[in-house]
Amino acid sequence: MTQTTTENPPTQKKKAQAAPPEQGIFKSRLLPWLFLLPSLLILAVFLYFPAIETLRLSAYQSSVFLSTERFVGLENFIELLSSPVYHQSILQTLVFMAITVTCGIALAFLLALLANRPIKGAKIYRLLLIYPYALSPAIAGTLWLFLFNPEIGLVNALLGSWFHIKPRWLDTPFLAFFLVCCAAIWKSLGYNVVFYLAALQNVPADTLEAAQIDGAGSWQRIRCILVPMLSPMTFFLVFTNVVQALFDSFGLVDILTKGGPVYGQTGITSFLIYQLYLDGFANAKTGFAAAQAVLMLILVAGITVLQFRIGGKQVHHGA
Amino acid sequence: MVRDFKSPQKSSKRISWKDLLTHLILSIAVLLVAFPLVFAAIKATQDSSQVVSSHMNPGMSLLDNIKTAWNTARLGQYMLNSFVVTVAVTVGKTALSLLAALAFVYFRFPFKNMVFALVLFTLMLPTELLIVSLFNLITDLHWTNSYAAIIVPFLASATGVFLFRQHFMNIPTSLAEAARLDGCGSLRFLWHILIPMSWNTIGALAVIQFVYVWDQYLWPLVVMQSEDRQVVQVGLKKLIDVGGATDWGAVMAGAVISILPPLLIFTLLQEQFSRGFALGQEK
Repeated sequence: MTQTTTENPPTQKKKAQAAPPEQGIFKSRLLPWLFLLPSLLILAVFLYFPAIETLRLSAYQSSVFLSTERFVGLENFIELLSSPVYHQSILQTLVFMAITVTCGIALAFLLALLANRPIKGAKIYRLLLIYPYALSPAIAGTLWLFLFNPEIGLVNALLGSWFHIKPRWLDTPFLAFFLVCCAAIWKSLGYNVVFYLAALQNVPADTLEAAQIDGAGSWQRIRCILVPMLSPMTFFLVFTNVVQALFDSFGLVDILTKGGPVYGQTGITSFLIYQLYLDGFANAKTGFAAAQAVLMLILVAGITVLQFRIGGKQVHHGA
Repeated sequence: MVRDFKSPQKSSKRISWKDLLTHLILSIAVLLVAFPLVFAAIKATQDSSQVVSSHMNPGMSLLDNIKTAWNTARLGQYMLNSFVVTVAVTVGKTALSLLAALAFVYFRFPFKNMVFALVLFTLMLPTELLIVSLFNLITDLHWTNSYAAIIVPFLASATGVFLFRQHFMNIPTSLAEAARLDGCGSLRFLWHILIPMSWNTIGALAVIQFVYVWDQYLWPLVVMQSEDRQVVQVGLKKLIDVGGATDWGAVMAGAVISILPPLLIFTLLQEQFSRGFALGQEK
């Protein structure tokens, strides 16, 4: 949601929007703080404090079993960054993220454009395209686990009867990786289509009509009008999809592949968040897991900064 | 001049060709997207022998499967837990965000921009990232296995504050001026004027929050050790991971049931949702 707060490019005329009442309409010293208190308190105790605590923990080697903590400085980070397992996990996560975010958004853009056309039954198409939004990663994993079960799954039953092949979807490394990518794209499609449709509803019809009268073809209308006009939404979706790929993929992976199958140093679907969970809870290496959280935070921050660098300048604000 | 002599037949033909292609692509997409859910719904009605075959005819065992999931696998209890938590968080987030946005838009106070930046920055801190230290904190508070552990940390919402602030800034300030001159306090102004003008934003936010909380998986998995307070997302996993053969009919019935509440909320509030998200557009 942050993109609309970025400054308008100076070339653009300032919108004649109601300026925020800078002088403050209601006069009170105490009241605004009172209204903010519940939100700030929750954020301080349950987000900022754990974040700082994560930073602190990352410099300790702690054992839950012995309830001991030993200061090790940057040792956790050094160990992480020199670990082949972690290298592979980073690489897998980035590949997974790149594939799911780009395919998910491109596909959603195309389908939203089509579903926005005034055709018969458009409403039904929209509803059926949107419904996966309400579906959780865990449920998505559950459905795909059954569909692609090598012995009793429907997909292999059909493939077996048509082509006499029964791929081992869940224990062949690249097939499993491909499957998790497809499931994630399928899962994110509803979310992306919803937001693109909402944005398309707000594109003024007269702009498109004017372009049509000027003789712009469909392709030109999409490229020169719709893509720039929807760019704030694309910008927002890239951010949320990156966060989803990094964090929400946990439920999907945990149920569908449990981080496996092993390929090279570790399971091919052991993404960063899954690795963090394993080290923090299954292996009880709290400090080690905290260091991974810090690195992930740096990754999210880095991607966000990069996004503002690349996309922030090109985003077209308002009309 | 020549251009104006297009035969009407030709243009209608071109349009219908385009529409046909649209229908074709959308039908294929909808089939692919909807198939897993249709598959789950059909499998939820089959008995234990049909469910592991490639048969796709609805069976007669829907009620048996629901009963198995609801009672044996305690899905009823999990659904209730999910419902309590989701409603509490959705209502709490909405109320807290409304109050915070009221402070940001209608009051002047020191460090306003800095406080707003602090609120927005939390978008970069997903709970999943903090599970290790959040788990320690919840343990120190003795909240493990309580509803509080999966409700309280989620009550504040940067997205909510941001959306309501945007929305309030688009409401003419003369309204608030007039209210103040009539001797109406800020809370009364919020209750009687702002909230009735914000139903679209409230609805849009409610959809997002409801789906987000209902679909939480990692945090409940980590923090809920006891069965009694577990949410449905994690509960279903237990149904898959039973020793021996998984009862897929019951699992599919459970999956379909657990999708219904967010789907219902979404369908009911779809209009508000679309209107509430006029992102970066003139209203």
